[in-house]
Amino acid sequence: MSKANAVITLRDLNKTYAMGRNQVHALRGIDLTITAGEMVAIMGASGSGKSTLMNIVGCLDRPTSGTYELDGERVDGLSRKQLADIRNNHIGFVFQSFNLLARTTAQENVELPLLYDRSDRKIDPVAAAREALERVGLGDRRDHQTNELSGGQQQRVAIARALVTAPSLLLADEPTGNLDTQTSMEVLALFQELNDRGLTIAMVTHENDIAAYARRIVELRDGLIIRDEPVADRRTAKRGLSSSVAV
Amino acid sequence: MKSDKLIRIAIRSIIRTKMRSILTMLGIIIGVGAVICMVAIGQGAQSRIEQSILNLGVNMVVITPGTSSSGGVSRGAGSLNRLQVADAEKLAEEGMLLSAVSPVTMTGGRIRGGGGNWHAPLYGVDVTYENIRDWPVATGQWFDQSDIRSARKVCLLGSTVASELFPDQDPVGQQIIVRDVPFDIIGVLESKGQTASGDNQDDCVIAPYTTVQKRLAGRQFIAQILGSAWSPEDVPAAMEEATTIMRESHSLADWEDDDFTVRNQSDLADAATGTTEVMTLLLAAIAGISLLVGGIGIMNIMLVSVTERTREIGVRMAVGARPGDILRQFLVESVVLSILGGVVGVALGYGGSWLVAYLTGWPTAIDTVAVGVALGFSATVGIFFGFWPARKAAGLDPIAALRYE
Repeated sequence: MSKANAVITLRDLNKTYAMGRNQVHALRGIDLTITAGEMVAIMGASGSGKSTLMNIVGCLDRPTSGTYELDGERVDGLSRKQLADIRNNHIGFVFQSFNLLARTTAQENVELPLLYDRSDRKIDPVAAAREALERVGLGDRRDHQTNELSGGQQQRVAIARALVTAPSLLLADEPTGNLDTQTSMEVLALFQELNDRGLTIAMVTHENDIAAYARRIVELRDGLIIRDEPVADRRTAKRGLSSSVAV
Repeated sequence: MKSDKLIRIAIRSIIRTKMRSILTMLGIIIGVGAVICMVAIGQGAQSRIEQSILNLGVNMVVITPGTSSSGGVSRGAGSLNRLQVADAEKLAEEGMLLSAVSPVTMTGGRIRGGGGNWHAPLYGVDVTYENIRDWPVATGQWFDQSDIRSARKVCLLGSTVASELFPDQDPVGQQIIVRDVPFDIIGVLESKGQTASGDNQDDCVIAPYTTVQKRLAGRQFIAQILGSAWSPEDVPAAMEEATTIMRESHSLADWEDDDFTVRNQSDLADAATGTTEVMTLLLAAIAGISLLVGGIGIMNIMLVSVTERTREIGVRMAVGARPGDILRQFLVESVVLSILGGVVGVALGYGGSWLVAYLTGWPTAIDTVAVGVALGFSATVGIFFGFWPARKAAGLDPIAALRYE
C-alpha cells in the first residue's frame, strides 16, 4: 500500500456535535487509509460513529479537526460549494432507500449528476447514462419510470447514477437494507464485479453476512476504530445466483 | 450551471408534478385573467360612459349674446346682440383649440307637411353642427357644404316632428312648408331625447343657416355660436381662446366689457373627468389585489413543495448540486410557473372580455399595455414570492435532507 494510490487518507479525524449544553464526540481520532481498488465494509452498532464517518468521507459534512485527503487533495475545510463539486466529480452515492426521483425515467435519474457537472470533462449526459445503465444490466429499462421498477432494479439504477460521473469512490450506505436476500445478492454481485474492474467501494453495513463480501472490514465503536482487518474468507455473491440474472 | 440546463431541470420537475403545477398556476392564471378582463371591461364601460357624457355636450363651448344695461337696469341676456356669422367664421379660422364651430340661427313657426301641421323651432346651422352635437341622421343624410353655399331649401327633421307630420311614411324626399317657404326633407335625425331641464330636443327642424337667414330670419345677427373643444380637458382653455377672438372680432377696447357670454357645461365635464379617475383607481386596485393573491398562492405552494421535496433536494445536493443550483432551480421553477400562468391568464382574459363584449354589447377593448404589465408583473411575482422558498431549499443541510421522512 503505497501512499501514491491512496484514495482516502484520514488523519486524527474528530467530529464533535453540540447537543444543547453537552458535547457529543461522534469521532475521536480516526486514522484510516483506503487505497484504490479496495472494497471496505465499515461496520458498527448504531451510535458507533459510522454514519458520521460516512458523511465526512462523502463530503456531506466537515470534520471538527484532523485532515482528510481525497485523491491526494485536502478537502477538510472546503466551502459548501466546493464540497458539492467534489461530491459531483469524485464520489458516487448509493443509499439504503435508493433515493431516485419519482415520476422520472431511469435514464433521467442517471443523467442527474451530469446536469451539475462543472468540470471540463465534457461528458455527454445521454450517452454516459445509457452506458452506465448497460453496465448495471438495465439497458432495456432506460425509459421505465422509477415506480415501474422492482426494488433490486431501482437500486441498480441508483448504482448507475453513482457510476455515471466516473467517480474514484463509491459510497454505499446500507445498500441492501431494503432488499430481500436474492436481490441483495444481485447488488453485492454487481459491487464485486465493479470492484474487480478496479472501482474503490466503501460500504456501511451492520450485518456481518454482508460485510463478508468485502475485502476489508473496519469496525467502529464509540467513535474509535476497534477492528481493521482483511476479510479472511471472502464470499462471492455470483455463486449464489442463478444464471438468469444479468450481472 | 448554464441557464438552458437550469431551465430544463425546472421544466422537467414542473412536468413531473403536473397537477400541483396547474394548481400553483391557477392563482396567477385567475389573477392575470381578471386584470385583463377587468381592464377591458373597465375601458369598455369608460368609453361607454364618456360617450354618453359627450353626447350631452361635454366638449361644447356656447357663445351667446351679451347683456346690455341702460341707466343701471339690466335688460337681460340677449338684449345686446352683436353675434354675427363673421364671428363664427373667425372662430373657426383662428380657434386652435376648437375642433368645430357652427353659427346657430333660431326661428320657428307653423310647419305644414304630410297633410298635417305642427309648431316647432327651426335652427339654421352649419354642417359642423352634426359633429358638435354628435347628432347623426337615422335615415337620409346631412346637408353638405354646397347646400350651405347655395342656400338650398333642404332640411332635416327631428324625430318628433317626423312622427307628428309623417306618422306612417318615410319623410325623406317629401316637402314641408315653413312660413310659406318650402323645404325638401333630406333626412331624419336620430332621437336624442330630452335635455336635463326637460326640453324635447327632437322637436325641431334643422336647415342650412344661410337658407334660414336669407329666407326666414332675415336678420344680420344670430342666436348663438356653438363650438367644440378637442377634448373635455381643453374646454377651459378653449373658452379663454374664444373670448380673446371674440373681443378682437368685436374690436373691444381693454376697458370695455364683453358684449357676449362664453359658457360651457362644466358640471358635465367634471363628471366625465371624475368618472375616469374613479374607474382607473378601481381597476388598479383590483389588478393589484388579484396579482398579490396569486403571488401569495405561488409562495404558499412553493413552500409546501420545498418541504415535500426535501429528500429530492438532498439527493440533488448529494450528487453535486451547489446550494446556488438549488436556489436557482426553485426560483426558475416559480418564475416559469408564473409566466406560464400569466400566458394562460392572458388567453383567459381575452376569452373573458370577448364573452363580456358578446353578452353585453359593450365595446371592450383589450389593452396591450395591460397585457404587458400583467405578464411582467407575474414574472416579478414569481421572483419575489419564489425567493423565500428557494432560499429555504438551498439552505437545507444535505444530511438532514437525505434522512427526511
